[in-house]
This record gives sequence, structure tokens and C-alpha cells, in this order.
Amino acid sequence: MRNIIVAVSIAALGVPLVSVSLMAHHGAAALDTGKEITLKGTVTEWIWSNPHCFLQFDAKDDTGNVRNWAVETQNPTAMTQRGWSRTSFKAGDEVTVTLEPVRNGQPIGRLLTVVLPNGEKLVAATATSAP
Amino acid sequence: MRPRLVVLIAAAVAVFAAALPLAQMKPWNNAGLSGPPSGPAGPAPRRDLSGTWDAGNAGIQPTGHVAAPFTPRGEQMAKANKPGNGSRLVSVNDDNDPLSTMGDPTGFPRIVLYELRPFQIVQTSNQVLILYMFEKRWRVIWTDGRALPTNPDPRWYGYSVGRWIDDSTLVVNSVGTDDRTWIDNAGNPHSNSLRVEERYHRVNQRTMELTVTLDDPVVYTKPWVAVDKLQINLMPNGSDLMEMIPSASEAAAYRRVIASQAKTK
Repeated sequence: MRNIIVAVSIAALGVPLVSVSLMAHHGAAALDTGKEITLKGTVTEWIWSNPHCFLQFDAKDDTGNVRNWAVETQNPTAMTQRGWSRTSFKAGDEVTVTLEPVRNGQPIGRLLTVVLPNGEKLVAATATSAP
Repeated sequence: MRPRLVVLIAAAVAVFAAALPLAQMKPWNNAGLSGPPSGPAGPAPRRDLSGTWDAGNAGIQPTGHVAAPFTPRGEQMAKANKPGNGSRLVSVNDDNDPLSTMGDPTGFPRIVLYELRPFQIVQTSNQVLILYMFEKRWRVIWTDGRALPTNPDPRWYGYSVGRWIDDSTLVVNSVGTDDRTWIDNAGNPHSNSLRVEERYHRVNQRTMELTVTLDDPVVYTKPWVAVDKLQINLMPNGSDLMEMIPSASEAAAYRRVIASQAKTK
């Protein structure tokens, strides 16, 4: 229900899914443009702040080692318009995160979507179009 | 129970029930308009810009502006600015944007040219006050006929005077801005000699247009229009705006966790 509400809200608000200010503070050059990965993990922190909110979560890599990822969204104002809030996540939530990683291999990236344990899907953005 | 008392109680319940949804229609923390207004608009009130306004995404310019050509001095100043966006974008570790890396005030005119989030205008007998959601800053525009200061001490938000050139157009002239601020996210510079004209034209009851012209002969070879008839829409009366404050501690956390880890060299 919640993802329906978010989707309807986005459509109703006319808010573009591709942000006009995402990565405004370090440029999209750091991103692997167009690349998407999906990880299952456990939320460690949800930071609701300017200039951008970001979600931190633990997820195992291909070798079974746990890495703590940090993936950014937009600012609280823009995320509020998309139906997100300060209480969208809490530590310990099991989530499935689709993200666009940075080029340098660090566990950093741009958050695209999150699926909550109950199947609800929150949409933050679409991947950057590959050049 | 006597019939008259029953009627009175029923009337009181009805009044309370009617008032409840009205109260619930006044939400807190409004992030801005959900879209352009629809339906017929009334005429513009005379010499009145008061209200809360929102340009939507059109008010946000993350990649900066295409400026007029630089003077030699302007070229020199632009090279010193290392922006995180725009045509002269640098790697995150070289970014020296005073707003995003040091927590300096956005300053004027950048607050209008970069993050023109919703803002409220309040008019008094001798001032127009602009209260910006972004940074929770305000500007005072004097409308008492005073002249702009000559050779003023620079201020982050400059010195502004306004005059009505007709019943629906307020022209605001500003000087005395601080050259530590950038004009936009692209790192376009300005000197303390910058003069800014903002033209607020109220088209009708719910819409106004903003045009911003910059004239800085130290940095640019000619005056240039940074914003041309930007449409800004009136928000519902009683709109309570969110805080949108780029605090130094939050910006530092973002740099530590995200930006510094995303560097490419």
C-alpha cells in the first residue's frame, strides 16, 4: 500500500524521479553511470539531513565479507515530496537496496530503491543515464 | 433530557465536527507546491507581493548559469573557484565551494540563483521582507525612498532598496555583496562592485514572474540576465515551511561518509 501511495504521490506531484540536484555536491562523475546493483542488508543508520539524506546498511559481498554501505538520496525537502520521512527506516530493518555505485569500488553510491521487509518499495531515483 | 438541551448539544457537536477537518487541513512542514495552480486566477492586488511563494524545481539551478564572458580579472577569479558542478566541475577533493565545503552563508544573489526554495514575502509600511526557506534567512528591502549606500561594507546579503514602477512590478536594486560568495554552483564569481536588479512582476493573484540581471564590470564584460521571467506561484495561505538549513555539522557528516569516499583520485 505504501509504495502505491508513494508512486501515486510522485505522479500527482509531478516530481521528476531524476533529481535536479542529486550529487550536486560532488558531481555525477564519481558514479558508475548507469550501473545498478541490488543488495540485501541490515540498516545501521538513516541520516535525515542536508545537503543529502543517506542510508547506511551492512551487506555481504561476493566473498561473504560484510561491508557497511552508505548510499545517498536527496535532501529532506525533496524526499518529503516523494513520501519519505525521518522515520522511513530504523536500525535493524532488513532491506533490499538497489543502488548506483561510485566508480572507485568503495561501498558508496546513490540510492535508487529500497524494498522493506513487508514488500513495500520506496523509490528515490532512477539510475543516471549512461552517456 | 429536555428537547431544547438535546438540540443545543447536537448543534455543538456539529460545529466541533465541522471545525475538525478544517484544522486538519493545515499541515506543518510544507516542502513546497505539488504543482502549478489550476483554474481561473483573480487579478493582481495593487502593489502587494505578500504571501508564501514557490517556483518549484525551476527555482533550483544545481549546475549554475551561463554567464556573460569574463574580464581578465573575472577569468582569474573564476580559476580560483573549484566548483562541484557546472562546466568547470572538479573532483570532490578539489572542491572549494564556500557553501558546501565550509558552511558559509549562501549569500546574495546565490540564494536566488541557486536554491530559490519557497519563500515568504512580508510587506510593512517601509520594507519588503523576504523570508527564505533555504537557510532560514531573510532579506530587508527598503521601500522608504532611501538611496543605496555608496562604498558600503560588504555584507553576505548586501543592501537592497525597492520601488514600485507600476501597480504590479517591484524593482529591487542591490549592492554591497560579499565577494567571498559565489553566484552559483558553477563557481561563477562576483566582485564587491556587483549590482543586482530583481524585477518582481505580479501577473495575477496567484502568479508572479522574477527577472534577475547582474552587472559586475570587474568580472563580466557586460550585464547579463541570470533569471528571465521565472514563474513563481502563490502557496495556500497558512503554509508552514520546512526548515532547510545546510548546517556545518550535517555537511561535515555528509563529506566524511559520502563525498570523501566517492573521490575518484
